[in-house]
Amino acid sequence: MLEQVTDMKLSNYSATFTRRLLQALILTAAVFLFMGAGPNDEARFKDLGHRMMCTCGCGQVLLECNHVGCQSSDKMRNQLLSALDKGDNDDLILQGFVQEYGPTVIAAPTATGFNKVAWIMPFVALALGIAFVVYVVRAWKSRPAPALADGIVIPPGNELDQLRAQARKETDL
Amino acid sequence: MAQIGSFALLLALVLSAYSFGAGLLALFGRDAVSARLGETARRAGIATFAAVVLAGFILVTAAFNDDFSMAYIYHHSNRELPAAYKFAVLWSGQEGSLLFWSLLLAGYGFVLRLRYKTDQRLFAYASVIIASVQVFFLLILNFAAHPFAIMQGSLPQDGTGLNPLLQYPEMVIHPPMLYLGYVGFTIPFAFALGALIMKYPGEKWIQITRRWTMVTWCFLTVGVFLGAHWAYAVLGWGGYWGWDPVENASLMPWLTGTAFLHSVMMQEKRGMLKVWNMALIFATFLLSMLGTFLTRSGVISSVHAFAQSSIGTWFLVFIALTVAVCTFFLVKNLPHLKSEHKLESLVSRESSFLFNNLLLLVVCFTILWGTFFPILSEWVQGHKVTVGPPFFNRVAVPVALLLLLLTAVGPLLAWRKTSIESLKRNFLFPAIGSVAVGAMMIVFGVKPWEDPSYFYAVMAAVLSALVIFTVISEFLRGGRVIAGKTNQNIFGAMLQLCRRNTRRYGGYVVHFGVALVVIGILGTPFNKEVEKEMAFGDKINIGPYTLVCQSYTQDDNPNYGNEWAIINVFRGGKQITTMYPERRFYKASGQPQTLPRIYPSFREDLFLVTDVYLVYEGKNETTGRPIIKAHLNPLVPWIWIGLIIMVFGTVVALIPSTVPVTVAATNPVRTPAHVGAGD
Repeated sequence: MLEQVTDMKLSNYSATFTRRLLQALILTAAVFLFMGAGPNDEARFKDLGHRMMCTCGCGQVLLECNHVGCQSSDKMRNQLLSALDKGDNDDLILQGFVQEYGPTVIAAPTATGFNKVAWIMPFVALALGIAFVVYVVRAWKSRPAPALADGIVIPPGNELDQLRAQARKETDL
Repeated sequence: MAQIGSFALLLALVLSAYSFGAGLLALFGRDAVSARLGETARRAGIATFAAVVLAGFILVTAAFNDDFSMAYIYHHSNRELPAAYKFAVLWSGQEGSLLFWSLLLAGYGFVLRLRYKTDQRLFAYASVIIASVQVFFLLILNFAAHPFAIMQGSLPQDGTGLNPLLQYPEMVIHPPMLYLGYVGFTIPFAFALGALIMKYPGEKWIQITRRWTMVTWCFLTVGVFLGAHWAYAVLGWGGYWGWDPVENASLMPWLTGTAFLHSVMMQEKRGMLKVWNMALIFATFLLSMLGTFLTRSGVISSVHAFAQSSIGTWFLVFIALTVAVCTFFLVKNLPHLKSEHKLESLVSRESSFLFNNLLLLVVCFTILWGTFFPILSEWVQGHKVTVGPPFFNRVAVPVALLLLLLTAVGPLLAWRKTSIESLKRNFLFPAIGSVAVGAMMIVFGVKPWEDPSYFYAVMAAVLSALVIFTVISEFLRGGRVIAGKTNQNIFGAMLQLCRRNTRRYGGYVVHFGVALVVIGILGTPFNKEVEKEMAFGDKINIGPYTLVCQSYTQDDNPNYGNEWAIINVFRGGKQITTMYPERRFYKASGQPQTLPRIYPSFREDLFLVTDVYLVYEGKNETTGRPIIKAHLNPLVPWIWIGLIIMVFGTVVALIPSTVPVTVAATNPVRTPAHVGAGD
């Protein structure tokens, strides 16, 4: 009896520990994801330059356009540099570009209005997919075992596990 | 010439229409007349191949003969175009590439129809379905995108030339590989749909199509990677993947095809996921068609969309029809696809395949969603938005990392149920090794808390190491068992192990290649670049390298004029190579093109190999000096090495296994339960 209680306590402790460990891992990951060093102008130039597209029609990110004789990218890069020199914040700079070149200058949908849907849908798909897989796994687990031919008897739990271990050992390739 | 080509195309259409119609009629009957009709349909299918080959041959011959009376040759070739690119004219434009699609499909159909004795009834169904796809392409070729159209007015002296972006050696092999992949998925699709319609008993159709699917997947893999390499070596922006709609279009069928290759094992081994596998192969075929639609329709702007026209409507109608037919038969014959087995444990190979499929499909959905969101936004908001690399990197990369984790864990799980003890035993060494890799990265200065991209890089390194160590431990574990029983050395034993179960160990080699590809990609956050106008003797310092401009000059040949710089590359005060970044001006098309030069530092850094990547950006018109952009791209060469290993693994998996595993049992197991990791 005492052993059973100790086992239960150990098992509860183990479950709590695992839960806490998972929480800590998720928290650490989130901190890493959303943390960032305070960017200087060069880092901001790189960051903003990668958040905008070149408008010459090459379909490339602004700082990656190397279109020979591209009129747009040089002009846009200079505009970005002068906006940074003026001390504008990131949102203001991006807004200025949108006003001049239209919304397609931003390389990814903004997190406003209908554009939010672009960001949400993949995660909705992932959540629905996980729910579906969990449902399928549960349904399959509760499915009755297929009928066996006469004379075949499946051994009970522990014995079956032992037989499996033995088979695995003997076919360990 | 053009008339013969047109006749060949028309003949091919008539033959394939006959192959489809007569084949379909023959499927309804089981008497001798139906059998004879079916045989004529099969032969008509074979003859279609001959007719399409003739059409293709005529188009290539016209390119070599500079026959500019044909509009297609005028628009895609010129007299001075090198011979290899004249051959590549076949897939350089809209009409030619559709003819090439048709040619490859006819080729696949030809092989299939020759091997019909494997299972005459199933092959007859597959043949009819292939003929229907062939009819679609030949209809477009004959009535919407005719490759043998004649030029109006006076005969031009020379053509307008091939797009400069396409004048690169890889363009001679990249499109055929990609198309072999796209077109090839028609075969497993045809077998799957055929098996569904005829309620084919058992899983034999999967065994029949397994090789087709793997070969096709291999071609698509090579095609996708060659496309990335072409972008890297030609577009000159220093990257290889820009999440361009056409790149995305090639990745989507690859993802669903990969999911199919995994989940189909569950059907073979356990009789499960029958509906799912049908849906996956249907989706793969439809996504291949969608890729062609995206490249050809002009509905979405792309740097790769070399040909655009109104044939998009044809594709939309065909895709809609295919969806309707597939859905109808899937619903109608649903009871036939009922699963036979139950799932015993969440910790099993079956579960890992389910989650692997889920993640692959989520990545595929994300790409599809991101590719089409601009159109949706235009409908809803009245204006387009751009969905570019920042979106895909933020959404798809975390899911891809989860997938990598499953790639490592999956092979360690046995079918039906895995004991925690065996998982611990098999997982311990790879887990310790991979954590050590992550720790080493941090010790050597990578700070994952500074930037999300560094965090992803460390995670990718840890998970890639986990995959690699898992594969190595699996080989060692099996090798040791064989070595112990046969007294061979461990390498001989591992080779024997591989030959005994080529499919399983070939798959592991593919996983190893995937891990190397990820290692190549994870170097991206550490890229460096410097741009500078360079006079004689000027230097650029980038990373451990010093680039010295020795000279700059220009040249001329009948096809193009060019300017280039001669840059000596030093490291540690010692010259290691000379590079010649170049800019060309193609005469026929009047278009300029940069040609970067790449030096992978294998001799200096074997494992942390880095590409020195130089681009001749242009010339300062005032000073006459070249503007050179230097990139330092760490680890990129591992991507191409990873590809070679993936292809090698696929080839291994295609080789039939030699001998079944026979191990003497000291205490025979009483029940016939099938356990073990399997493949």
